[in-house]
Amino acid sequence: MRVYRSADFLTRVAWLLAGLCAALLSAGAGAAAATAAVTLASTTSTDNSGLYDYLLPKFTADTGIRVRVIAVGTGRALSIGRRGDADLLIVHDRESELEFVADGHGVARVPFMYNDYVLVGPRADPGGLRAAGDVVHAMRLIARGRRPFISRGDDSGTHKKELQLWRAAGLAPGAADAWYREAGAGMGAVLNLANELVAYTLTDRSTWVSFNNRAALALLVENQPPLHNPYSAILVNPQKHPAVNHRAARRLVEWLTSRRGLDWIDNYRVRGVRLFHPLRGG
Amino acid sequence: MTDFSDALQTALHLLVNLDAGLVEIIALSLRVSLTAVAAAALVGLPLGALLAVSRFPTRRFWINLLNTFMGLPPVVVGLMVYLMLSRAGPLGPLGLLYTPVAMIIAQTLLIFPIIAALSCGVVQGLFDEYHEQLRSLGSRTLATARTLLWEGRFGLVTAILAGFGRGNAEVGAVLIVGGNINHSTRVMTTTIALETSKGNLALALALGLILILVSLLVASAAQWLHTATMHRGRA
Repeated sequence: MRVYRSADFLTRVAWLLAGLCAALLSAGAGAAAATAAVTLASTTSTDNSGLYDYLLPKFTADTGIRVRVIAVGTGRALSIGRRGDADLLIVHDRESELEFVADGHGVARVPFMYNDYVLVGPRADPGGLRAAGDVVHAMRLIARGRRPFISRGDDSGTHKKELQLWRAAGLAPGAADAWYREAGAGMGAVLNLANELVAYTLTDRSTWVSFNNRAALALLVENQPPLHNPYSAILVNPQKHPAVNHRAARRLVEWLTSRRGLDWIDNYRVRGVRLFHPLRGG
Repeated sequence: MTDFSDALQTALHLLVNLDAGLVEIIALSLRVSLTAVAAAALVGLPLGALLAVSRFPTRRFWINLLNTFMGLPPVVVGLMVYLMLSRAGPLGPLGLLYTPVAMIIAQTLLIFPIIAALSCGVVQGLFDEYHEQLRSLGSRTLATARTLLWEGRFGLVTAILAGFGRGNAEVGAVLIVGGNINHSTRVMTTTIALETSKGNLALALALGLILILVSLLVASAAQWLHTATMHRGRA
């Protein structure tokens, strides 16, 4: 008797669980299928600075197309694009962008806005970077003084720029240098680290300005040609990856590079600072 | 200590105002983790029970495997599910990557070994106790598993809660397969990671407190159910 009753109950529980799964799963599938949204794999700086929260609703209002943003480093964004898992990329490393397009994964690479990198570090600036003037010289001062420096170490656009600067300085800091620490993390995590360890680091200006945990840090070196930071939009090649939402992604690029889109970018401010400058007629 | 009081204040503020963004994120967190738990329990409970009461040559090996998989690193499971669901992967045509369904799949894989291994342990204990009795009643393996699942139901609630806790608390897997997309795949843990990376530490901690509160509510609901059924059982 007992065995039977328990079995009945368990069967009912099993049906209940199965029903729950089906209901919750179908709700999710419905939401996913209903949207012919553009999936945008983008560098973190543009997302963390709030640019997309400001810009993309305007695009959606103009066109009815929703945009889903996956914020990752440039290296990761390109790898997502290589697998066809995004429709559009917004990234910032010229060399790997060109390679991505040359390999046939991307079409229509369009540089459409820029900002710049800055060197930040301890407020007291023990390395004397403020007086260095030149950014390449500033990198030498960090290495010469063995000042703590946090590297992104994550194959992002900012990481690649940092390696470029070391190369320009004729240096290649690595595991043997105790002052040089590779975080393998995003810009925000690295700024948290630099703030805690009172260390120097390279960051894009947009993340720096919108970052909220930087009491120990100050902006030390800025406004120099090697620190130029252009962002490009790259459409993932629909011939290579037929499942991408190419048409809607193309409309987003057209909108971003239109006068209207560029004006919106130009008008974006965080704490009164303009974070991104449009590249017009490029 | 101002960080903690700031966080507490922010948490209260968010809760009192029933912040719409927060409600959306909590709802998705619960939907993903509860679905994953239900799916994992559906398979894990009977499988764990059968493993406890049946006898076959490789049984020890499977139990060992389940115990090991209780500690699967979420980031590895996330990566495997990512490679399966990616457009370039075998299940790519389903278009599930970066959807809540992908997150449910990843969490189910994480939770299933926990529920199966713990229920195997619970049922094993009961089996050792009632073994002779059941055999004298002529109960077959399947019937024995069902009977003991029923007898062990209160211990199994703990197994299910452990599974839920694992799903609700992990960030590595859902970040990779969900992408932390606003209004689409953003859950509590990925939001906390995001706010930390923006340097909004007080807000991140506030969200953490709310996440713990949500877990407390789920555990309390299970406790209440437990007590309610116990009373009914006695009546």
